Amino acid sequence: MLYLSVIVVIPLAAVVVKAFSSGLGTLWSSIDNTLTLRALAITLGASLVVAAIGAVMGTLVAWVLVRDSFPGKRVVNSLIDLPFALPTIVAGLTLIALYGPDSPVGIHLAYTRGAVVVALLFVTLPFVARSVQPVLIELDREVEEAAASLGASNATTFRRIILPALRPAIFSGAALAFARSVGEFGSLALIAGKVQIASIVIYDDIESGTEQAAAALSVMLMVIALLVLFAIRRYGARDGR
Amino acid sequence: MGREMVVSRRATLSLRLVALLYLTLLLLAPLVIVFWRTFEYGVGTAWAFMTTPAAVSAFWLSILIAAIAVPLNTIFGVGAALVLARGTTPRVGKGVLDALIDLPFIVSPVIAGLALLLVYGQGGWFGNVFLNNGIRIIYAVPGMVIATVFVSLPFVVREVTPVLREVGDEQEEAAATLGASSWQTFWRVTLPTIRWGLAYGVVLTTARALGEIGAVLVVSSNVAGSTLTLPLLLYQRDDQIGTQVTTSVYALATELAVISVAVLLLMTMFGSRREDAR
Repeated sequence: MLYLSVIVVIPLAAVVVKAFSSGLGTLWSSIDNTLTLRALAITLGASLVVAAIGAVMGTLVAWVLVRDSFPGKRVVNSLIDLPFALPTIVAGLTLIALYGPDSPVGIHLAYTRGAVVVALLFVTLPFVARSVQPVLIELDREVEEAAASLGASNATTFRRIILPALRPAIFSGAALAFARSVGEFGSLALIAGKVQIASIVIYDDIESGTEQAAAALSVMLMVIALLVLFAIRRYGARDGR
Repeated sequence: MGREMVVSRRATLSLRLVALLYLTLLLLAPLVIVFWRTFEYGVGTAWAFMTTPAAVSAFWLSILIAAIAVPLNTIFGVGAALVLARGTTPRVGKGVLDALIDLPFIVSPVIAGLALLLVYGQGGWFGNVFLNNGIRIIYAVPGMVIATVFVSLPFVVREVTPVLREVGDEQEEAAATLGASSWQTFWRVTLPTIRWGLAYGVVLTTARALGEIGAVLVVSSNVAGSTLTLPLLLYQRDDQIGTQVTTSVYALATELAVISVAVLLLMTMFGSRREDAR
């Protein structure tokens, strides 16, 4: 408990105290200005898009990995963990190399919101796939067979039988991806350019010595993160990581 | 007996194609380009950039920080997992501990850096106590170690706790009944059961410790040769311009990528052992 306090709890408490240090009025005025609100809006917007695309693609990838079989599947399966292993700054750089000014394929995404979304999709890729995969493996195939023999089309079986079983896992994965996206810094540091992402605004505030403004925005982000965590505990898969 | 849900060949193939295309565009293609850009001017040039004094010292600093942070979090992680899965602490206490352990996962790394700055920095809550005794924490290596410990804290706990819950405590009780001390029980019974989960957690912790940038960036003084880790050096180099610099940035990225591929292999290995053990 002491270890946890010294390293995590007391420092985070200091951020909250700092945010409120010059009174509620100052806290409010440092949140209620165009720059901060804009950063929050862009960050939350991008994170929502990432969570939505991630939920669909992550489920699709998990489906292919569980139900399909093809040569090289094991390699693809371990490739899913790459974003967890690769330093996020390298993730950002790789995307600049492919989609940046020297792009060999002529796609110039870098330093735009599109680039931010792609970078976030990269770092959050494992969340939904790894959360859905075990559920899909354990899923009872007999129910699907029953539905099929009763004349349900594949689409109906998927929508009425499979999707409801996967929903908590998809929700947990997407919510974790959302929370990660809201706070992400490493992969965006190089690629975001002038796009004002919340974590980059906080970093700039720290560097320019306006720690109170940084703390205020930090508290906003922490509140959002706590709400997400609460939602996962409430509605998500219990085993979800 | 029942008719299987028959997914047509075309549907199967197109799903597979979409999934593989998505993974290729998002994961593989960018990585291949980085390798290609690194070795564009030959292996020698790339190697030269990886072995400049700044790069070598950054490499060793990264290793040093991981070598301190990973064992600390491993010991804490196993301890916390034992408390969560076995301890006699009341439910509420466990709930609080459980929630607190997740904090580093959901708090932005930059906020972690700011938090440490406010507590251990100059004018911070405890900062002056350390500074008056000649110990620099922020803008120095100790702060970078604490920041790394912060962001990589939950991995071991999150991997070990479910394993402990799943296996139950029957074997441990049997050992205790047979007269084993709690220390013996831990080494002979508990540790062998959790070893693959633990190994997986340790690998995840190491990956995060080596790759962290946000939290460490805030508490580092950004001086090459003293407080730059490999990711930080890469970040700093990227701010400068010129083809020489570009190649050196890609060389550092390749170095980090090679390290993480090794990590990935370990993850795959321990991950499947962990599944088998269940």
